[in-house]
Amino acid sequence: MTLSSTARRTLAVLTAAVLVLIYLPLLVVVLNSVNPNQSMTWPIEGVTFEWWRRAADSAGVREALATSLQVAAIATGIALVLGTLLALALQRYSFFGKHSVNLLVILPIALPGVVTGIALNNGFRGILGIDLSLWTIVIAHATFCIVTVFNNVQARLRRMGTSLEEASADLGAGVFTTFRLVTLPQLRSALLAGGMLAFALSFDEIIVTTFTAGGGANTLPIWILNNMFRPNQAPVVNVVAVVLILFSIVPVWLAQRLSSDVEAAR
Amino acid sequence: MKTPFRRGRVAVACLSLLSVSVLAACGSGDDDKKTEAVEELGDTEGQVSILAWPGYVEDGSNDPNVDWVSAFEEKTGCEVTSKVYGTSDEALNLAKSGEYDVIAASGDLSLRLIASDEAQEINTDLVPNYANVYDFLKDTEWNSVDGKNYGVPHGYGANLLMYNTKNFDSPHTSWGAVFETSELEKNKGKVTAYDSPIYIADAALYLMKTQPDLGIENPYALDQDQLDAAVELLKTQREYVGEYWSDYLKEIQAFETGDSVVGTTWQVIKNNVKNKDVEVTLPTEGATAWNDTWMLSSQSENPNCAYAWMDYILSPEANAQATEYFGEAPNSPQACEQTTDPKHCDTFHAGDEAYAEQLWFWRTPVKECLDGRTDVECTDYAQWTQAWTEIKG
Amino acid sequence: MSTTSSVPDAHEGARNDQAPAPAPRGPVARPGSRLLHRWVWLRLSLLLSAPLAWMVLIYVVALAALLITSLWSVDSLSSEIDRTWTLDNFRTLIENEVYRNVTVRTVGVALAVTVIDVAIALPIAFYMAKVASPRARRMLVVAVLTPLWASYLVKVFSWRVVLSEGGLAEWSGLGSPGYGLTAVVITQAYIWLPYVILPIFAALERVPDSLLEAAGDLGAPTSMVVRSIVMPLLVPGIVAGAIFSFSLTLGDYITVNIVGGANQMLGNLVFVNAGAANNLPLAAAIAMIPIVVMLVLLTAIRRTGALENI
Repeated sequence: MTLSSTARRTLAVLTAAVLVLIYLPLLVVVLNSVNPNQSMTWPIEGVTFEWWRRAADSAGVREALATSLQVAAIATGIALVLGTLLALALQRYSFFGKHSVNLLVILPIALPGVVTGIALNNGFRGILGIDLSLWTIVIAHATFCIVTVFNNVQARLRRMGTSLEEASADLGAGVFTTFRLVTLPQLRSALLAGGMLAFALSFDEIIVTTFTAGGGANTLPIWILNNMFRPNQAPVVNVVAVVLILFSIVPVWLAQRLSSDVEAAR
Repeated sequence: MKTPFRRGRVAVACLSLLSVSVLAACGSGDDDKKTEAVEELGDTEGQVSILAWPGYVEDGSNDPNVDWVSAFEEKTGCEVTSKVYGTSDEALNLAKSGEYDVIAASGDLSLRLIASDEAQEINTDLVPNYANVYDFLKDTEWNSVDGKNYGVPHGYGANLLMYNTKNFDSPHTSWGAVFETSELEKNKGKVTAYDSPIYIADAALYLMKTQPDLGIENPYALDQDQLDAAVELLKTQREYVGEYWSDYLKEIQAFETGDSVVGTTWQVIKNNVKNKDVEVTLPTEGATAWNDTWMLSSQSENPNCAYAWMDYILSPEANAQATEYFGEAPNSPQACEQTTDPKHCDTFHAGDEAYAEQLWFWRTPVKECLDGRTDVECTDYAQWTQAWTEIKG
Repeated sequence: MSTTSSVPDAHEGARNDQAPAPAPRGPVARPGSRLLHRWVWLRLSLLLSAPLAWMVLIYVVALAALLITSLWSVDSLSSEIDRTWTLDNFRTLIENEVYRNVTVRTVGVALAVTVIDVAIALPIAFYMAKVASPRARRMLVVAVLTPLWASYLVKVFSWRVVLSEGGLAEWSGLGSPGYGLTAVVITQAYIWLPYVILPIFAALERVPDSLLEAAGDLGAPTSMVVRSIVMPLLVPGIVAGAIFSFSLTLGDYITVNIVGGANQMLGNLVFVNAGAANNLPLAAAIAMIPIVVMLVLLTAIRRTGALENI
């Protein structure tokens, strides 16, 4: 299909316009991180680095960031293992109830967060009788992160076909050897993409987290929620957001590079 | 399904309590709630967990200059962990988990905690700083039941009327500004109100003053007819409301930009609004208000540290710091002397009894009428919640 | 970092690693492996057991418990849960107009958000996958992904600033709808847009250029190519994105609090009831509304066969 140059140009302009729209609110955040007025305003009333200094001094932010990274990392790890297992099972075998399992995996992300939140909260406290803690957040996050890994791995498995695995088996490699040397390397970029999305999802999740967080466990979104509603803290939150955006460019860029290298080589 | 875990927790609770020899009566079955007051204190347990409004328990982690927890930890050796909540309803759920030793409860929560046996009676003799507290905050309907004291007062503040003078010809002195259609018409879509079922009391207070036929004696004791009248008033108001607020950043911003021009507020919000045209007043009808109470959980495993905290936060220094940071009136004249802003207590009318007399402090509506009526059943908080859902529509 | 060396080609890596190993390994494979090779069901159950146990024990049980809770009630005196079966909560939902209105409003907002997001995502994803150069494509993916890391709450609040009186929207001359449902739709569409662009982009990337070229060479007009080649491959991506944006909007209660004016959505009702007077049974009953909506939607989509390809 050949697109006319007008069509190409229209698409390019549209894309640029949407990108501008995506970044405008972020610009508001960046500007307000140096705004002397402590409630977010437009236009800003001056320039001050007071909030940046305060954010740098804030131990609460650092702790919350560490908690969030920890939760996201563990939840992503669990999701990677469980999601890959499920994708292998569903893509490589057919069995009774396969469709239900497929639906079940999608459910935690397809059902609204507030439903998942109160269900898990009730489940942890009412049924299992365990106190909410960091681990209940991890379990909740892993549950809805499985689907992103599952999706990516399943799509890759479908494209891969089974010929290489069969060849490996024919050549005498055992099940584990085949998985380690044939299947896994081909899955690498899918795992990366799924893992990234799972990590991002967990890192910024607030609704399910509110319902499953124990007393001492403050993830970054919870810290932000608490501090947005405190006098003189809202601008510090803006600083944190700006820093997050800046730092996120590195992993996103790297991941994109890695996956496209693999992509290009295939 | 639940009992084995419960027993486990009871066992732990018993052990920890026995070890500090506070209690002997622990083997009373699988109820791990203790609602009677203790007679004397033992050694501190080394930790205490606190559930409070944002800004009540600051340990310097948010702002190194705002820290009254570290001093407490140094003094008593009780390590503080804290969780903040956004609304009283959220706090009730958290408190029920039994994970918190001390809870800072507003009046719309305290009675619910007491009714569900989540609160333990306080022996005020064991809280030396209690003596300083203003008398009008002691033994009130929102912290005591049947002569038993279930908490010690923290700070207080009124739900005032805030308005933008540009939108009004003359200064406002009446809640009619947010309840009378003729007044509301002028500011359609720019009216704001507090987003909680307890706001029904504000309407009830206005009806109490303007429609004596309804016979409202106490805005927190409404029978079904009285509640219906208040709900009707609020449904009319709803047509003109731009947004409801529950966090103060939202309201500060709305008044600065002009998205809201009239509605309920707290003094601290007014202090933070940079817009010079915004005024605040205590209307002639009086106002609803809050007085937060430090309560002890009936499931507390660290009662000694909890008592230590309650005494500490009532001390003039700590109370001045905490109430000034949050923006409310301190609870004692001694605390007023300790504020960094010498005018803080004047701004917030702390200790002004004439002012306090016009305030109807938040308390939880319960079936048993708070105004002493016995011929009717009053509406409880669950009904208020239901009504509030319908008002918002 | 050089573009080629750091990550070895997947196939090559596999081949290199395998090279030194002796070729016929069949008989030498460990007994466990042989057993697995022979018994398909054993392999399958080993693969399935851990993830299924996780999902069922944690999630399905919790959901079932929620369903059961919705059939209980709360004793108004002790505010403890009364475990006698009753349909009162559902009766409340049906009899009170307010729940119907809120449901319609919430589904309406979620639909609007989904339609807007898909409409915006389609051309962007197409440009990214099929028009932009590989280098530009990488940049664009990064540009779309980056805002995901700015906190959700911060982004919602910044929309509050944008839409306020005299805010960026008015200041730029576009005008602002003010706080209300329109603001909720705009903000939610903004927040979930990357989650819709990504799957559509991924689906488009999978459409082989050669296929498009072949169709073009055979003289098919662009509209026909889009309809008969691109769309079938694209639908799963669109469905995935749509499910994301729809369900995420359906359960949101924070955005509507910040920019929604005086409105409330289903999420607010669930949240308020789960907290207020601790009426978990009613909250659970209200939560059944979005559950039913989503289940109906998912079943309908599954009929079309799009779900298997997500």
